[in-house]
Parts: sequence; structure tokens; C-alpha cells
Amino acid sequence: MAVKVIIPTPLRPYAGKQESVELQATTVGEALSGLTRQFEALRKHLYNDDGRLRSFVNVYVNDEDIRYLEKDQTRLREGDTISIVPSIAGGAPSHSPRGGSI
Amino acid sequence: MSAPPLKIREDLVSKIQAHGGETYPHECCGALLGRDGGGLREVLGLLPLSNRRDDSPRNRFEVTPEDVRLAEKEARGREWELVGWYHSHPDAPARPSEYDREHAWPWYSYVIVSIEKGTARDMTSWRLQDDRAAYDSEPVEIVRSSASISSD
Repeated sequence: MAVKVIIPTPLRPYAGKQESVELQATTVGEALSGLTRQFEALRKHLYNDDGRLRSFVNVYVNDEDIRYLEKDQTRLREGDTISIVPSIAGGAPSHSPRGGSI
Repeated sequence: MSAPPLKIREDLVSKIQAHGGETYPHECCGALLGRDGGGLREVLGLLPLSNRRDDSPRNRFEVTPEDVRLAEKEARGREWELVGWYHSHPDAPARPSEYDREHAWPWYSYVIVSIEKGTARDMTSWRLQDDRAAYDSEPVEIVRSSASISSD
């Protein structure tokens, strides 16, 4: 079924500068796979080396976080909107104050 | 490849430094709101946020997706964009850590202010490289508060 994926601003340069992409998928996992097949450069920003979604990549289906649904197995309906929403994290070097390695 | 400078008014720099001082010895964080285009990125406003990392706030910060959406909404409301993030490094250099790099998004500007014993020191800005391997330093151009940085 046809669904829409909203691309967050920082990832638009890797998705043809598009704000959203329409594609055919029956699950969230299928939709994200389709997206990264279409835009290979997105893959490293969405997935870690183990092929799992990075911890700071949040995916919503019509405003519902897929972590509280069925994760990437969450089924989609015609016209659903999938949003990729960043969370932001970071912090100082933990092992040595000033002058430590980064 | 070196990034074009990030323009920011000196009063906004002072606010970032003050935020870092207020939360010391914990990390502060907030959103950079402004404009990006035509090879120019300028910060026109800030949205200070709460550090959600209650377990390790001295050397970690976190902005939830809900707060990211709030920042995007705030930017849209002013017809600006969410162009990046700032955070402090208490008693540590204003350089991105490996943890920063692992968790960074491309495109955003990441401003880091070093807070030494409660006093702001260096402030730097960084942008993640396309391959996520490292950051590029982004020059910071501080403009006087009375100047209109859009008209430069």
C-alpha cells in the first residue's frame, strides 16, 4: 500500500532534498528498506553496523512511536504517514578532563 | 572540506555561555534556530532545553524526540529552521567527544561551549562529515548584537 515517509531536515540532502517520499510497503521495516534502497546514502545515518536502527533514530506511524507498536513489524495501512524524528545526544569525554583524547 | 561560517549574534553567544554556567557542573543543551541557504547559516534565536540525561548529566546530554519536535515547531512559527544544537562540556575542552560523533546527525551545526569551574571558556562549532567518520570544524562568526546579520 502507498505510504508517505517524512524525511527530517538533516537527512534531506541524502534523499534527493525531498521533504517526503511516497512508496509501497506493508510494514515499517519494509518501508524503511525501500527508502534506503532508493537512497543508499541514508543507510549509514539510519542503521548501525549491525543493521539495526540507530538508538537516536525514532520512527513514528501517524504520531505513534513504533517502539510501543510492533517495531519494524508494525503493519501499515493505505495512506499512513511514517515520520523519522531525531533525538539528540552527546557529551564531554568521560575519561579525562581537559586535554584528553576525543 | 571546510564549512562556511556559522554566524551568531554576541548576545546569543552570551546566553549559551550563561546557560552552561547555570547548569554547571551538569551539561546544558538547547536548539539553534535560524536560517540556512545560499552558503550562509545564521543563528537568530535559541531554545534552551532541559538535559534529559538524569543518570549522567555531568558528561552527557539528551534531547528527546518530543523536544526536537518542539524546537522544529518553534522554528517554523518564526519562519526559521532548526539549524543545530548547543551543549556544554563542563571542565572539558570544547571539542566533540567520540560519544558526540557516534550520536551526531549530519547537516546540523553542533555548538560546544567549554565551562571551566563554572566559567565559560572556548566555544566551537562542528558539523558531522557525510561518512560519519569525523567532524569538520565550522568557523563561528560572532556579530555585534546591534548588527543585522541577514543584511551582510
